[in-house]
Amino acid sequence: MAELDIDAIAGSAWDGGVAPFATNTKKLGMWLFLLSDSLTFSTAILAYAYVRLSSANWPRPFEISPAILNATFLTFILLSSSLTMVMAVAAAHRNEVKKAVIYILLTAVGGIAFVGLHMMEWFRLFAEGVTPWSNNWGDPLFGGTFFGLTGLHMLHVSIGVIYLCIIALGFGRRKFNADHVEVSGLYWHFVDLVWMFIFPMVYLMSVNLKG
Amino acid sequence: MSAHDTTAIETHQPGTKKLFMWVWFWLLILTAVEVLLAYMRLEPHLMLILLIGLSLIKSALIVAYFMHLRFEKLGLFLIIVPTLVFCLVMILIFVFPDSLRIARLHP
Repeated sequence: MAELDIDAIAGSAWDGGVAPFATNTKKLGMWLFLLSDSLTFSTAILAYAYVRLSSANWPRPFEISPAILNATFLTFILLSSSLTMVMAVAAAHRNEVKKAVIYILLTAVGGIAFVGLHMMEWFRLFAEGVTPWSNNWGDPLFGGTFFGLTGLHMLHVSIGVIYLCIIALGFGRRKFNADHVEVSGLYWHFVDLVWMFIFPMVYLMSVNLKG
Repeated sequence: MSAHDTTAIETHQPGTKKLFMWVWFWLLILTAVEVLLAYMRLEPHLMLILLIGLSLIKSALIVAYFMHLRFEKLGLFLIIVPTLVFCLVMILIFVFPDSLRIARLHP
């Protein structure tokens, strides 16, 4: 697939340029999807803020160790996988196929580690009696917001891992070009970005005040 | 764009390995600051403001450098960011007075 010569057609829309945003359609489409997806997450976080503000006995159950440290480690994993994804995109644009595929797969491994550790945390909470509709600490909605927000995010990470594996496969076989890698990178960074809000709002704001 | 062109990767893919490592490093530092705030157990309102501020800085770093929106045309930025801010303001206007009112009904 030949890469588009963006600069040749990127004149202002008013001057008759056919690509006023100077990107390919894939990238523009992904940005618009991310815009709508960020509204999905925003409303989920705002719903959490709403029930928490209007609740009289919202629990703050997380201890610094292990819950906060575990979540901090998850943040570290996601940030590092974003770094490897950036490296993958740069390598793909330099046409270093093998290097790019390795970096993409490293990113996917980061995603798998994230989901695995996060699931272990979920099961620890299940064992403490937290469900989406009940817990032993206070307002039963705590579980609903916690599992709703982190679950929606985990779903995004899982889909991202599948997406990255497909991109790695296709780019390795030269079926996809560097633009495809770049667009998958946009998705991955967005998932990372969302966690930058979920981590402080769900974990750090719920640190146990007594400890 | 010509300022970045010493290594000349590609015109729409600026940014060097070193720059990305720096961004990653600063994101980790800001995360560490957030965890430190949680460790200090500040008063919730102050804590919330600081955390949201730090999160906005972190997401701006990610969007600007990792998603390299900073290197795209201004038009792309203008259709994405103001739209999002507008929608969020509209949601906030309608939601928060209500939840605060419910909070005041509690003894």
